[in-house]
Amino acid sequence: MQPIDRVEGKAFPFGRKNVDTDIIIPSRWLKTISREGLGAGAFESIRAEPGNVFDDPDYAGSPILIAGDNFGCGSSREHAAWALIDLGITAVIAPSFSDIFSSNAFKNGILTVVLPQEAVDRLMEVAKTDTIHIDLESQTVTTPFQDRFTFEIDPFRKTCLMQGLDEIGLTMGKADAISAYEAKLSADRPWMVPVAA
Amino acid sequence: MAQAKTLYEKIWDAHVVDQRDDGTAIIFIDRHLVHEVTSPQAFEGLRMAGRKVRRPDLTLAVPDHNVPTTPRFDTAGKRVPIADPESRAQLEALERNAPAFGVPYIDATDARQGIVHVIGPEQGFTLPGCTMVCGDSHTAAHGALGALAFGIGTSEVEHVLATQTLQLKRSKSMEIRVEGDLPPSVSPKDLILHIIGQIGAAGGTGHVIEYRGKVFEQMSIEGRLTVANMSIEAGARAGLIAPDDATFAYLKGRPMAPKGADWDAAVAYWRTLKTDDGAAFDKSVVINAADIAPSVTWGTSPEDVVPITGSVPDPESFADASKRAAAQKSLDYMGLTAGTPLSEVPVEHIFIGSCTNSRIEDLRAAAAVLKGRHTASGIKSALVVPGSGLVKRQAEEEGLDRIFIEAGFEWREPGCSACLGMNPDKVPAGERCASTSNRNFVGRQGPGARTHLVSPAMAAAAAVTGRLSDVRTLT
Repeated sequence: MQPIDRVEGKAFPFGRKNVDTDIIIPSRWLKTISREGLGAGAFESIRAEPGNVFDDPDYAGSPILIAGDNFGCGSSREHAAWALIDLGITAVIAPSFSDIFSSNAFKNGILTVVLPQEAVDRLMEVAKTDTIHIDLESQTVTTPFQDRFTFEIDPFRKTCLMQGLDEIGLTMGKADAISAYEAKLSADRPWMVPVAA
Repeated sequence: MAQAKTLYEKIWDAHVVDQRDDGTAIIFIDRHLVHEVTSPQAFEGLRMAGRKVRRPDLTLAVPDHNVPTTPRFDTAGKRVPIADPESRAQLEALERNAPAFGVPYIDATDARQGIVHVIGPEQGFTLPGCTMVCGDSHTAAHGALGALAFGIGTSEVEHVLATQTLQLKRSKSMEIRVEGDLPPSVSPKDLILHIIGQIGAAGGTGHVIEYRGKVFEQMSIEGRLTVANMSIEAGARAGLIAPDDATFAYLKGRPMAPKGADWDAAVAYWRTLKTDDGAAFDKSVVINAADIAPSVTWGTSPEDVVPITGSVPDPESFADASKRAAAQKSLDYMGLTAGTPLSEVPVEHIFIGSCTNSRIEDLRAAAAVLKGRHTASGIKSALVVPGSGLVKRQAEEEGLDRIFIEAGFEWREPGCSACLGMNPDKVPAGERCASTSNRNFVGRQGPGARTHLVSPAMAAAAAVTGRLSDVRTLT
């Protein structure tokens, strides 16, 4: 994973609530065995609407997406995160995110920034004309108009993102602890291993 | 005296491999289900890094999302190739990856094949008190047996394959206590739809739900699976129901469940898996069962639930401005007008299936309504897709297939099918489906498709009348 410390630029003022991962990337795009190229199918049903933000040249190439409550709900498909990356989006700002999406986003170096609805509403306004700046180190979102909003982020996730750490590699560094757990499990609950099919 | 713990806390505590000061823990994963859609990139990741699957013995792979539900063998007994080249490539990738990494694999032509969340319990792969994951959000279903089960993304699939663990933070706990008894003809599906309607599609975000109350104690395991399955539609990654004698009776003798002395030791352990008196939940919701009617969704979020006796709501009736805007968009997409009674909404398609409602009890409930009846003239397609080959076989032994076929339904092979339309089973744009699945999202059953979520009995009632209907008026 590439280290990330800030995201800045134009933002898609999308704003919708309960955006499910079927909207982000419909199921017919899930038949791929690669992580690449999913931007073509991203927000397909939204892009069928005239005047949608994703096809508005004013916002082309924006690295930030602003959405409503419960962004990324529904299916666990990580293709949703891959599709955003393929569109060039590396940060999403919303009042809340689904648990699985925020985990998938994190694993792919996408910042999920949780801000109160009033702050999101303000950023939606700013996004129509100006750029937005997200700084991970100071955990702030700022605008050219002196707006300054702070956000919370899990300290472990912050470290991983800023250092671009490989989580599997980190866990494999704890192989001894895993082996010790497995040994204790076989002693205490030997029946936990499934009877071979 | 030890501190009182919730069921969730007990399972969590029994699986901590390593606890960090910042609150993140390495949690051991006892069971990993793998299917063709969310695994190819994970296996590829292992290959690129030169990593192996740490515990193939705790892993089980089966194709379900893409598989066509038409016959898998032709009349000459030859395997029918999959027409869609992309689906075929994805299925072939799993067929290659499972043996290459030593993962047990149930092939699409095996009698045991089916939807991951149907075959886990059916094979006894799912056990109470285990931690269980799958690259699919409806993994929550297995919580019906008291397993801490949740959906994960592909990076996490790769993490579990490589380490048999996940790095997680403990969730909050939420109790949903249902008081009283369900009225007649109100099913577990109606109950969970009602609950989602009450707490909202994000009501359980950040929480693990525990369903409590005598309704669940009296409910069959199939019914509990329907309820726990849709926890994710309320935003909760997992939903739990404490294991009891019904759970043990369901699991006893299943092929992959413990046997002999192991069985006795397992049951003794499982009996400790309940929330202690006095344990605290972070959030608690009380639902009165007597308030619930057969339910149906009107919009494009599973929280858009009304009783079948109700009407399409007026978007202006919602207090929240963003919900008003969303409701109007939903009505436009669904082609519905505020104030229309739901029981006057015509449907063209019926889908009975999915990991929510494709088990034997679901098929029995639908067949009971369809017996001696036929689909209405406006019905263009009516599909029954059993959740597994074993469900299909049992239904055939009970003669349910004849009832469906005589009523004008197609009796299909197992898979996820029209729940998400990755295989050829889709609902055409602008047409309406009464579906026993779990999501009424925009485009879920095909681009432009309009989905109304209902119980199996309600889907059967809609098939007979050609419109959304109160099953109580038919029985």
